[in-house]
This record gives sequence, structure tokens and C-alpha cells, in this order.
Amino acid sequence: MARPAHPGGLLSAPSSHRSTGARAWLEAILRDRKATAGALLLAFFAAVAVTGPLLVGDARALVAVPLQPPSMAHWLGTTGQGQDVLAQTVVGTRVSLLVGFSVGVVVVFVGSLVGVAAGYFGGRVDGLLSLLFNVFLVIPGLPLAIVMAAYLPSGTLTVAAVLVFTGWAWNARVVRAQTLALRRRDFVAAAVVSGESSLRIITREILPNMTSLLVAQVIGSSVYAIGALVGLEFLGLGDVSAITWGTNLYWASNDSALLTGAWWTYVPTGLCVAFVGFGLVMLNSGFDEITNPRLQMERAWRAHLQAAGQPASRSTPVVGHG
Amino acid sequence: MRFVLRRLGFYLLAAWAALTLNFLLPRLMPGDPATALFARFRGQLRPEAMQALREAFGLTSQPLVAQYFTYLRHVLRGDLGVSVAYFPSPVSSIIGTGLVWTLFVAGTAVIVSFAVGTLLGVAAAWWRHGWIDTLLPPVFALLGAFPYFWLAMVALYAFGFQLGWFPLGHAYGDDVTPGLNAAFLADVLRHAALPIGTIVLATLGGWMLSMRNTMVAVLGSDYVNLARAKGLPPSRVVLRYAARNALLPSVTGFGMALGFVLGGSLLTEIIFSYPGEGYLLVQAVHGQDYPLMQGIFLIITIAVLGANWLVDIAYLWLDPRTREVS
Repeated sequence: MARPAHPGGLLSAPSSHRSTGARAWLEAILRDRKATAGALLLAFFAAVAVTGPLLVGDARALVAVPLQPPSMAHWLGTTGQGQDVLAQTVVGTRVSLLVGFSVGVVVVFVGSLVGVAAGYFGGRVDGLLSLLFNVFLVIPGLPLAIVMAAYLPSGTLTVAAVLVFTGWAWNARVVRAQTLALRRRDFVAAAVVSGESSLRIITREILPNMTSLLVAQVIGSSVYAIGALVGLEFLGLGDVSAITWGTNLYWASNDSALLTGAWWTYVPTGLCVAFVGFGLVMLNSGFDEITNPRLQMERAWRAHLQAAGQPASRSTPVVGHG
Repeated sequence: MRFVLRRLGFYLLAAWAALTLNFLLPRLMPGDPATALFARFRGQLRPEAMQALREAFGLTSQPLVAQYFTYLRHVLRGDLGVSVAYFPSPVSSIIGTGLVWTLFVAGTAVIVSFAVGTLLGVAAAWWRHGWIDTLLPPVFALLGAFPYFWLAMVALYAFGFQLGWFPLGHAYGDDVTPGLNAAFLADVLRHAALPIGTIVLATLGGWMLSMRNTMVAVLGSDYVNLARAKGLPPSRVVLRYAARNALLPSVTGFGMALGFVLGGSLLTEIIFSYPGEGYLLVQAVHGQDYPLMQGIFLIITIAVLGANWLVDIAYLWLDPRTREVS
């Protein structure tokens, strides 16, 4: 899947983000239908991750005859070992989401560090760091992750570390582009002239003006992380004794659920992965419409035309910069 | 020309980085193939054999630099070491059998997905707020959120297991003779339909959305308005004027998406027991066959780098500006 690319698309006026707090973000989410739907979907899964394991009992317990289709006693049937699929799916939510989001955050942290350094310092530093992330971008991530995870002692932490190693380059590239754009702005130049240290300029002037971009990056990276995590665990490279979405699929495939037609052992897990991913994408595109002045103008323009009884125009109004 | 050579230099550098990573992994990480093989034979090997095994895998007591040059020399000769699971077959011969199938499935899937997705993006931008523009993106966004291999599981269950439209696995049936005959080729297509179809379905949305968004911007630009004002037929304005320029960001993304799709298609192959690299990879993982895993990683990397270079050449042809600079 091609990751949505919008380098520089989230650039907004420097002053508007200074006062942004959690409250403003919440209001922004509630203003947009897509973002609200995504947030609700994610809130549901977060609630399942936190409280679910307390409600469904022991997911490892062998409760019934193996490979039973859904019934009143076991709403989603039983696995090839006779465990309850619903309980396994619910319990798996916690670790999968925790690892997925943590990897998403760390990936953006590492990527931003490299990207800001490359964009801010320029010259040789930029040349070297850009070369590094371009090489990482072009080397296929999953095969590399598989090789690394196989060499390291198996476990959830290993998989997380490997995913960070193979996933940071995209963020570095996006953040570098954004830093280059900000670097040319007057307020950065003013900070440089007034003799502030590079560290202070980066942390106080540049990074705060990228907040919305970084949030979007965390969301995008979490989508990547959850998908890749499930893939690696499906191959048996995680901790196969833990209960996560990926290991659920691993066991479903190992117990030949595919050949016996036991769809209920893998369909619920896949739906969970997809709904979380879909919720994140919705939230992200909602943010994009909130923070991207071009899309904002377009919507206002359309509303204006419709109010005036004119057909909506195809052309996009040009937003002045400066 | 300079552009093409510079890119070639970059890909050679990336290939060297992958090679070096491949060399360092077994030497820095805790696991190693000799120990894995030793454990596999559970006491049938005497401890003295361990040293010989380590040497067979290139883990000698020479200084690291000397080992490195030996390793590079071997790889350049096409020698990727010996497999653990199929000991003592060389990795290169095992990989060779699956490579054609993987490149066929992943390559076809990427090209079909790119072509169809891009055309849908053009259509969505042209008939804005029409049904293609409003209905398809959320559907594809949802489909794109599923792991490829999970979509493959569902497709296998629905179209293979329940409906029986497509075979349940493998690249071709027992009843056809491999070769350039119609029956064999038709059978290959029938077996590849589900693996290719699921990857296309999962990746279509990305291409469509990126093309649509660029097209929307390009359609609002002055030169397109001028072309329209001149009274050129809409098809010419859309395809020759707007789409050609809007295609450029997608082409740039194409190279990067290749590695991603190839990785995902490896997992898809496992579901369909398709005899490509993915199938070998899962066997390598289960059998702790490190040399085979690394060989697959290396071959796939080189395939992706080569394809990226071809994409760069295509970019040069699409965007005259890059030609003027060089």
C-alpha cells in the first residue's frame, strides 16, 4: 500500500499553534464528521483494551470442543485448541494496541530527530542523513524485519525494536521537508540572528510549528506498526505464547483453520485490525481537512456558492501565502 | 543521462548497505546458523563438527575485515552460502526456483493496481463529487486497512473453499505440463488470480487517492483552463494536459511502494501455498534457516532496487524538466 504522501501539506500559520491545547484538538475533532467517527471507533477499541480482559475471563482456558462454529455459549466459536475466540480477540487487543501505538510514537520520535537535524543543519549533515534515510526507504522493510527478528531472541520487545529500525525513514523524510520550509521563515531567521542556540530554535521555534504534522505522522506510523506487527507475529516471529491479534492468526493458520473452513478463527481478528486502521485513517484525514488551509478554503467556497444558488465549481480557490 | 547514472550510483550504494547489513547481522546478533543446525541434529553431531559448520557458514576465526571481503567476493560470484533446512544445498539454487513466481505475482499486482487506481483517480477528479469520488475512497480505505494476508485468507475461504471458483493453492495443477502451451498458461492465471486480486484490492485505494488529489490541484491550474478555453476535447485536456503532470508524484511513490507490496505479497503467498519466495521464507523462519532468510532478503532488495531504477528512467521520460537539467 502506498502511504499517503503530503509533504508540506500541513503547513499552517506559525502563531496559530502556540495556544493549541488538548481542548482545541478535541473541538477540532468534533467539528469534522470523519474525524469524529474515527475517534469513536478508536475510543471503543481503547475501552476494550483497558476493560475487556477483566470481563471475558481466562482466554487461555480450554473451554469447549475445538473448532466449534459460533454459538450462544461461545459467540465467536472456539479455536483449534478449544479456546474461546471472543476472549482471545478481546485479550489480544491490549497488547496489540499498546505495542502498535508505542512503536508509532517511537518511530516518529526517531524520524523527527533525524529529519529536523538534516533540515536544520543542512550541508554535509543533511547530505549524510538524507542518504541514510533514502537508503532505508528503498530497502524493503518486511524482509529485513523478518531476518532481524529471527536472529534476535523472540519476544514482543524484539518485534517492536525491529519495527522501529525498519520504519523511521519515512518520517525523517517528511519532517526534513517541513523543516526546510520552516527554516526559511522570518521568525526562525529572527531567532538565529538574536543568537539563540540551535537546540532552542529546534525545540521552541521549529517543532511546535509542526505539531499537527507530527500528530498526523504518529497516526500514520501507528497504522504501519499495527499492520507490520500482525504480519510478523503471524509468521511466528513474536512471542507465540502471548495472546495478541498476530499470534491469534498464527495459531489459526497453524491449526489449519484455512483448510477446514473455520472462518471464525481468523475473521474477527482481521476485522479488528482493519477497524483500528480505518479509524486512524479517518481521524487523520479529518485532521488534514482541519489543519490544511487549502481544504478549509475549498469547503468555505463551496458552501458560499451553494448559499448563492450557484453550482459548485470544479476549480480550487487559491490560498495566498505570506 | 547524468540523472540516470547518479540514481544508479545511489542504488548501488543501497545494495552495498543491504549487503553489509546482511554480513553484520549474524556476527552481531545472538543467534547463528551453525548453532541452529547443530541443534537440529540433536546430538547426532559431535562437538568437533561445530567448528566445521561455522566455517561452512563463513563464520571463521579470521579478522572481521577479512571475513567481509571473502563474503563480498562470494556474493558477487552468486554464492549466498548454504541452507540450514536443506543442508547442504546452496541458498542460491533454492531461491532461484521461487523467484519467478514471486516477481510474477507481485509485479503483475503492482502494475495492475497502479494502472487501475490511477485511472480511477483521474475519473474521481474529473467527475468531482460524483459517485466514483464519494463512494469508492472510503471503501478502498477500509479494504486497505486489512492486512493483505488476512484478505487473502477471506478470499481463499469465499472463492476457493465455499464457491470453488479458484484453486486452493499452488501455482498450477498436476494435470498440465509446464511449458509454453495454452492450457498451462491458463492454469497459471487461474491459480494466480486470487493472490494478485487480493493485493490489487488492498493497494488500489492509495494510488487512487494520491492521483485524485494531485489531479484536483492540476485541473485548477491556468494552463488547463487555457486548454479548456481553446475548446480542446475534454479527453485530451484530462489525459494529455492534466493527467500526465499529475502522474509525477505517483511515479515517485511507485518505487517506494514496490518494496512494501513485495513484502506484503510474501505473506499472501503463504496463504495460497504459492511456491514463491514467501513460501520459502516461512519455511526458513520455522526451520531457523538464517542463510536462506538472508538470501531471500538480499534477492528481494536487489529486485526492488532494479525496479526503482527503471521507474527513475520512466520518470525521466514523463518529466522533460529532469532532462533539461542534465
